[in-house]
Amino acid sequence: MPSMTMIQALNSAMDVMLERDPNVLVFGEDVGYFGGVFRCTAGLQKKYGINRVFDTPIAEGGIVGAAVGMGAYGLRPVVEIQFADYIYPAMDQLTSEAARLRYRSGGEFSAPITVRSPCGGGIYGGQTHSQSPEALFAHVCGLKTVMPSNPYDAKGLLIAAIEDDDPVVFFEPKRLYNGPFDGHHDRPVKPWAGHPLGEVPEGYYRIPLGQAAILRPGSAVTVLCYGTMVHVALAAVEESGVDAEVIDLRTLVPLDLETIENSVRKTGRCVVVHEATRTGGFGAELSAQVQEACFDYLEAPIERLTGWDTPYPLAHEWHYFPGPARVGAALKRALEY
Amino acid sequence: MTSSAAGGRGATAEGELRPLRFHVPEPKCRPGSSPDLSSIELPTQVLPRPAIDTPRERLHEYAYGLIRVLGDDHRASGDWAPSLDADQLRQGLRSMLLTRLFDQRMLRAQRTGKTSFYMQCTGEEAIAVAQAMALEPNDMCFPSYRQQGLLVARGWSLVDMMCQVYNNSADRMKGRQLPVMYSAKEAGFFSISGNLGTQAIQAVGWAMASAYKGDTRLAATWVGDGTTAEADFHYALTFAAVYRVPVLLNVVNNQWAISSFQGIAGGEATTFAARAIGYGLPGLRVDGNDFLAVYAATRWAIARARAGHGATVLELYTYRAAAHSSSDDPSGYRPDGEAACWPLGDPVERLKQHLIALGEWSEERHAALTEELTEEVKVAGKEAESHGTLGRQTPDPRTMFDDVFKDLPAHLLRQRDQLGN
Repeated sequence: MPSMTMIQALNSAMDVMLERDPNVLVFGEDVGYFGGVFRCTAGLQKKYGINRVFDTPIAEGGIVGAAVGMGAYGLRPVVEIQFADYIYPAMDQLTSEAARLRYRSGGEFSAPITVRSPCGGGIYGGQTHSQSPEALFAHVCGLKTVMPSNPYDAKGLLIAAIEDDDPVVFFEPKRLYNGPFDGHHDRPVKPWAGHPLGEVPEGYYRIPLGQAAILRPGSAVTVLCYGTMVHVALAAVEESGVDAEVIDLRTLVPLDLETIENSVRKTGRCVVVHEATRTGGFGAELSAQVQEACFDYLEAPIERLTGWDTPYPLAHEWHYFPGPARVGAALKRALEY
Repeated sequence: MTSSAAGGRGATAEGELRPLRFHVPEPKCRPGSSPDLSSIELPTQVLPRPAIDTPRERLHEYAYGLIRVLGDDHRASGDWAPSLDADQLRQGLRSMLLTRLFDQRMLRAQRTGKTSFYMQCTGEEAIAVAQAMALEPNDMCFPSYRQQGLLVARGWSLVDMMCQVYNNSADRMKGRQLPVMYSAKEAGFFSISGNLGTQAIQAVGWAMASAYKGDTRLAATWVGDGTTAEADFHYALTFAAVYRVPVLLNVVNNQWAISSFQGIAGGEATTFAARAIGYGLPGLRVDGNDFLAVYAATRWAIARARAGHGATVLELYTYRAAAHSSSDDPSGYRPDGEAACWPLGDPVERLKQHLIALGEWSEERHAALTEELTEEVKVAGKEAESHGTLGRQTPDPRTMFDDVFKDLPAHLLRQRDQLGN
């Protein structure tokens, strides 16, 4: 099986879907001839033509709005918002239009669109190239929100997202594009080559939306995470020697509550980790759901380990980023309560 | 330093800097004064109908002029005059009148508590009706909330529309939408959002999809003068121009955005049709109360789009004769009787007089038609009311969980159970 980076896996997913379904189009800023600033769409315009893979004006609301119209026609557009930090001009088209079109029209119209966008920090992007706004979208009824943590999942989830009949916001942790970053920014960069989840089939396969993955089984504490924090959590678990069960949510909406419940009932402890800011973050939702479903099983308060409630500061990136030391400390607090 | 450089820094000749100022537009007349629209200068220059492949840069004057066909003598003149026969004109008159009578009944229904809300299109009927007749029946319309005439002209069921307004058990939108936010895919009528302008760029996307598939269906969209300030309108013009999209971009300039006159949307400095020029699109300003002019300009824009020359912006110059909605009271912001002063008259009356001038209509026939359509609306109303009105015979509450997603996810199943029966 070939080894792929997450960029190559995402490219392969779009390649597979462009090949299989003539209703799939790919567009966004710089995605056409150039192949995207992160190269996720490299080669696709040459292979499928300029009418199927093309550049757009710098107008995120326009990109998503046009996609909604195409989706209503019956196409399956896959659009790229160059950075998640730039997605806000499209907020109205996503929350008021894509998310509600099926509902408000009584099922007459729908918008089966996929909005891909690189998110997260760790690349010295400062406050306009590092954000993780997933909670804003998870809060919107009618949207599905996905964030893969590795090349294998990225391809399978993106294919599932493109085939899904509902609008999907698909966040790609850009620090994971080229390797499984575990938060140790001062160590040599690890590539995906050689990583088991960097082994990606060439052809079609899908990972259903709404299914979490248990990446490390354990009995002492449950760690709920997604995106870059999956690798940080795994590193923290290994370094602290804690027998933690690490769950990669993969999809925030719909949420795989069953896998979460089963794990927390077993371990009795839970640590929630995300890179995004804390207040109103998706960790708050996870904490509430775990508390509601597993109150009688909990032996310690649920720990929430997140980015600080500040914009993402460039010079202080590694003070902001919830690295393995902070995750390890949270594990310790949960265990020693 | 030279004197011109000093001037460039905002100094007076004496070298003192003047305090800066800005300007908030205000309409000429407010409540308490007599309505006076004499400041509206209607362009008198007759603009010939250009060939559909005329380069856009030779069409600039059309953005500042006013395309008219019906004169004060109720005769059609000029080369814009469309070749509609008397039956087609009577059909247009019938649809406009039916729209108006429908509006009147539904406003009364709101006043008597049968619905929470209603919006009339009084004075603007020619726009939706003539454009529906100019478009093919399956061209997709992305309307705002004042184009109910599209549905009426396409022969859509009045009962179906009323059931939506009543949010009753037969409402296909299952009681979810504010009244008048219709959706009728079968009639080529896209679901109305309620958020202003979002449909404009969606129409562009839909038309791109149609072209991508080699389909022959166009898309058309409508926004008001106020909504031209929304980003979505500018997305629509940009994308339509960049990709040369076969789409019609209509701006219904009815002078009022709730209480804000069109100057607040930027209408003081230029026309809304002229917005098109900066995007490299043709913009045409049309007498929106002239059924024949609206029809003719729309046919021109359609022919241009079908020939591969892309989108046209049509500013349909009209006047919102009624309140913004049943929740609005215009006496709080504009003089009483302003509608009666509108220099371009009433669209129903003008087409009626045109038919009479042609010898194809009469006051008697008009009265008979009014009576017939009033009865038609009344019968439809009775049937719709048999399915329920506001708060009576509402859709099953459990359906509120349907259509959030295509399939009900686990969390919505749980919440539906919590709702109970």
